[in-house]
Amino acid sequence: MSVQKLVIESVTKTFLEKKGGKTTVALRDFNLAIANGEFVCIVGPSGCGKTTLLKLVAGLEQASSGSICLDGKPVTAPGPERGLVFQDFALFPWRDVTGNVAFGPEVLKVPPADRLRTARRCIDMVGLTGSGHKYPSELSGGMQQRVAIARALANNPEVLLMDEPFGSLDAQTRSQLQNELLRIWQENKKAVVFVTHSVEEAVYLSNRVVVMTGSPGTVKQIYNVVLPYPRSRADGGFVSLREEIAGCMAEECR
Amino acid sequence: MVWAGELMGNTLISLWRVIVGFALAAVTGVMLGIIIGWWRNARDLIEPVIEILRPIPPLAWIPLAMLWFGLGFKPAVFLIWLGAFFPIVLNTVLGMENTPRKLTEVARTLGAGPWQVLFKVGVPSAAPSIMAGLRIGIGIGWMCLVAAELTGSNSGLGYMIMYYYSTMEASKTVAGMLMIGIVGFLMFIGLKKLEDKILFWKAA
Repeated sequence: MSVQKLVIESVTKTFLEKKGGKTTVALRDFNLAIANGEFVCIVGPSGCGKTTLLKLVAGLEQASSGSICLDGKPVTAPGPERGLVFQDFALFPWRDVTGNVAFGPEVLKVPPADRLRTARRCIDMVGLTGSGHKYPSELSGGMQQRVAIARALANNPEVLLMDEPFGSLDAQTRSQLQNELLRIWQENKKAVVFVTHSVEEAVYLSNRVVVMTGSPGTVKQIYNVVLPYPRSRADGGFVSLREEIAGCMAEECR
Repeated sequence: MVWAGELMGNTLISLWRVIVGFALAAVTGVMLGIIIGWWRNARDLIEPVIEILRPIPPLAWIPLAMLWFGLGFKPAVFLIWLGAFFPIVLNTVLGMENTPRKLTEVARTLGAGPWQVLFKVGVPSAAPSIMAGLRIGIGIGWMCLVAAELTGSNSGLGYMIMYYYSTMEASKTVAGMLMIGIVGFLMFIGLKKLEDKILFWKAA
């Protein structure tokens, strides 16, 4: 592994409850370093702060204490070097596929010809060639998520943050998109932080699986996945690692 | 033929008043609605004023409108503006407030600044609601026009209806009423067409 790309150091996040003025601790003393080009999956029981963690890295929320650094620079606000993909796609319904994908270059004032070229390249990359003029309402869930991925890639981010991106898709589309994501990752070699509740998905995709504790969330255990790509879900090593991680997670769900 | 000319003339006078009053209401209402709907501080400051003025029926403003603006074009435009303004503001506010948070968040992660988030996400996302406000506004605008012309004017369809009532020519009164219905309907259709054009992405 090469240099550390993203360093999350003793991050704690507390929220003030809307009623009663009590504070809730969503994340407690979370530490994680992600290398350049590394694919890291984060799994944990629901409500353990996985999404909060991604929002902190994205800069949409501020940590209560601790620090998050990308290439040594502290993260304080959202920025195009950190692309975010939501579970429910969050496409702009009034923009066609090209318009959605070109949004990032557009707000960054890239000249129109260049942003169209970038959009086309990213649309091709996610396998939607020829669908640039379609609107989100005309696309299936799987296609919409491809658009969201292309949109995040169009800014050529240093890190791709994905919040259960395939959680709402059917099994077949899901496995298809997993393979496509791996192909894109291998072509681009960007770091990926991928939140999921599926242990199998985590083992299938990532270099490392981070298991989080229940609320307030922190790192419980980190597993290295050394299986070569492309992985087989039926492989003995795959199955035993999956079971081990699932067991570790199950302890937290009680 | 004199009658036909009179009917057309009054129709055009009324139409022009509605267009001007409605256009003013659309511009001011949408602008204010965007401001109130987007910035919490602005809402806390401005909304109480609006909520006090809103329940006052436009008709109650007729005496003031005549005092301020005299007779004819100006008080009619003022009343139309007043009637159309509130539904446009309120619907715009509603649309802006309901901008999905995910969309503003994703825009920010893509590098959009505060103004870009407002104009490239907030406003288009509020567009369906803004259009609904405009459609309601234009209907109320016509109602206010007739009310304004019944009292504060000596031209226009509202005045004509009242005039032929006093001369007991019911057929001409009814003709004036029908004209209001037809022109109002046509404007509504026009706005609906515009809406379909702007909001084509909502279909399907």
